[in-house]
Amino acid sequence: MLRNIALSAASALVLGAGTALGAGGENVHDVDFAHEGPFGSFDQMQLQRGLQVYTEVCAACHGLKFVPIRTLADEGGPALPEDQVRAYAAQFTITDKETGEDRPGVPTDHFPMSGLENAPDLSLMAKARAGFSGPYGLGVNQLFRGMGGAEYIHALLEGYADVPECAADFESDGYYNTVFAKGAIPDSCKDEHGHSTIPGSWIAMPPPLSDDQVTYADGTAATMDQMSLDASAFLMWTAEPKLNDRKQAGFTAVIFLTIFAALLYLTNKRLWATAKGRKSA
Amino acid sequence: MAGIPHDHYEPKTGGEKWLYKRLPIAGLLYDTLMLPTPKNLNWMWIWGIVLTFCLALQIITGVVLAMHYTPHVDSAFASVEHITRNVNGGYMLRYLHANGASLFFFAVYLHIFRSLYYGSYKAPREVTWIIGMLIYIAMIATAFMGYVLPWGQMSFWGATVITGLFGAIPGIGPMIQEWLLGGPAVDNATLNRFFSLHYLLPFVISALVAVHIWAFHTTGNNNPTGVEVRRGSKVEAESDTLPFWPYFVIKDLFALAVILAVFFAVVAFMPNFLGHPDNYIEANPLSTPAHIVPEWYFLPFYAVLRAFTADVWVVMAVQWLSFGIIDAKFFGVLAMFGAIAVMALAPWLDTSSVRSGRYRPMFKWWFALLAIDFVVLMWCGAMPAEEPYATISLIASAYWFAYFLVILPLLGVIEKPLPQPATIEEDFNAHYGSKALPAE
Repeated sequence: MLRNIALSAASALVLGAGTALGAGGENVHDVDFAHEGPFGSFDQMQLQRGLQVYTEVCAACHGLKFVPIRTLADEGGPALPEDQVRAYAAQFTITDKETGEDRPGVPTDHFPMSGLENAPDLSLMAKARAGFSGPYGLGVNQLFRGMGGAEYIHALLEGYADVPECAADFESDGYYNTVFAKGAIPDSCKDEHGHSTIPGSWIAMPPPLSDDQVTYADGTAATMDQMSLDASAFLMWTAEPKLNDRKQAGFTAVIFLTIFAALLYLTNKRLWATAKGRKSA
Repeated sequence: MAGIPHDHYEPKTGGEKWLYKRLPIAGLLYDTLMLPTPKNLNWMWIWGIVLTFCLALQIITGVVLAMHYTPHVDSAFASVEHITRNVNGGYMLRYLHANGASLFFFAVYLHIFRSLYYGSYKAPREVTWIIGMLIYIAMIATAFMGYVLPWGQMSFWGATVITGLFGAIPGIGPMIQEWLLGGPAVDNATLNRFFSLHYLLPFVISALVAVHIWAFHTTGNNNPTGVEVRRGSKVEAESDTLPFWPYFVIKDLFALAVILAVFFAVVAFMPNFLGHPDNYIEANPLSTPAHIVPEWYFLPFYAVLRAFTADVWVVMAVQWLSFGIIDAKFFGVLAMFGAIAVMALAPWLDTSSVRSGRYRPMFKWWFALLAIDFVVLMWCGAMPAEEPYATISLIASAYWFAYFLVILPLLGVIEKPLPQPATIEEDFNAHYGSKALPAE
């Protein structure tokens, strides 16, 4: 009895908790990124392409202030050779904290902060915008489909659309995006309860990507979809750079604990056998 | 109290005797480990060891995290990022600590509901129960303050909302709120004192845990039948019990290993599952998140807090009777603390002479409803404050109070309990057979 209640309570908790937190809206679609699922790990080439998109496009306005440049060389990340990391760092001009003078960046510096005041820092964006259910269905999907943050970024980058009819007269400096939820929505696109009748809202960022905007070093065709996927995967890495290590550690722990539990089970059974009699009926 | 008769520690070697005369610590350890434990304990009696493990895990990971954390509004968020990116194994420490809190509360809720079902709170274990409730309250305070430390959006706004509850106390509320915060709003002073107290409280909890264990080692464990261990003689007691070591230590460790396998899978493969994405945005006093949602383990009581709005007739009646001193906001705060208070008073509200729910045919169903009620409240707490959740929260909150204040007292009078086994041995043998019986 109690066990059944406990089990149903536990499963309700596990299955329910995530759905309550889901964000991102119906225009975010699941993507099978290489880093998702218990066995997933980052695709090194994709991260390198994503870094290129970030550097040539996103970095014009956005920053990655929590990310040390040296981590570009990390295994499980873009894993750039050290000389490339040094060269990459040197393109930035850093005001040295101790001397107060400008100098070229070195790998131990962090990426610059956002250059535009209303452009948020992107270091953690893939975790801060997670539709936790990845993005649909039960919360526990996160185990297999990831947090949904990279999906959100991917969808947002491609989410620009023509202004809906109800907003034909709406004057805005922004751009209509079907995924961005936190921007302005004209009253003419709301129902009597104040709920929006259109997906998304207006975002200040102009559509950032267009086909062939970058030329990939590895020869991959730079379609808009490809670039947005690569940038999203890269931002997942900036948000969770130790993802590969973490999953590795998880396997070690789970395998060890499973074996340990099996041994304890047998020990327990044998131990209690002396205390338990044989069932008579 | 005489306790259950059992063998006591006898120092044998010269060294043992020397130490025993000066400090009988070996005797204390022996009596603790060899405690006669009812041999029919089921798998719901494993949460104690899980909780002890959680406390140790939280203290160990927490102490190391504190070595790298900076309690200042300008650098707290960045220092947490520093921990996950630069500190050796820091990502693991942080996720273990954050998810460790969830395991802690998951285990404590099952531990509490086990007590509620098997009547572990009843005489003579009221003191154990009350200390347990104090531990739970200290856990709430610790977890709440710990959640503020990463200084994300939910940290900041959660702290603002929860300390605002104290501001709802009539008259002295705003003063108390300012005293708690160390200023007019959540700021550096708040972060600093929360860090200090977050470090202090786990050691208070440790002390309470020691007293909690001491208390139930005095009365002896409850068990699924609720029937007491026979204490007439050592032989009688031994046929009802087995020593804690090795029987229950090994059993509990097995359960712990299984639970930890799941726990580590969550930590390693979905560590942010139970958190809120907004907490990866640095705290910004100028931007309020659309939905301020507490961590899952606070949701049931958060739902109670929000359930009693100004248009509920009970609230209106109380407001009128108190000449407006108790308004809807304060009523909600009283209800939230009251929900825990009525649970703490369960030993005196439950009038039934039968301990275990197993032999209480009507109680069983009301208890099942309470467990469902708890989950429903948790779900409501995560939902926005609008219909239909407001009505469901209200009904569920009302049931929570009704269970403790009306149903428990009434059931003891009207319920006809089922026959209980005479002894624990009888119950154990009914499950596992008697050793005395010849083999077939």
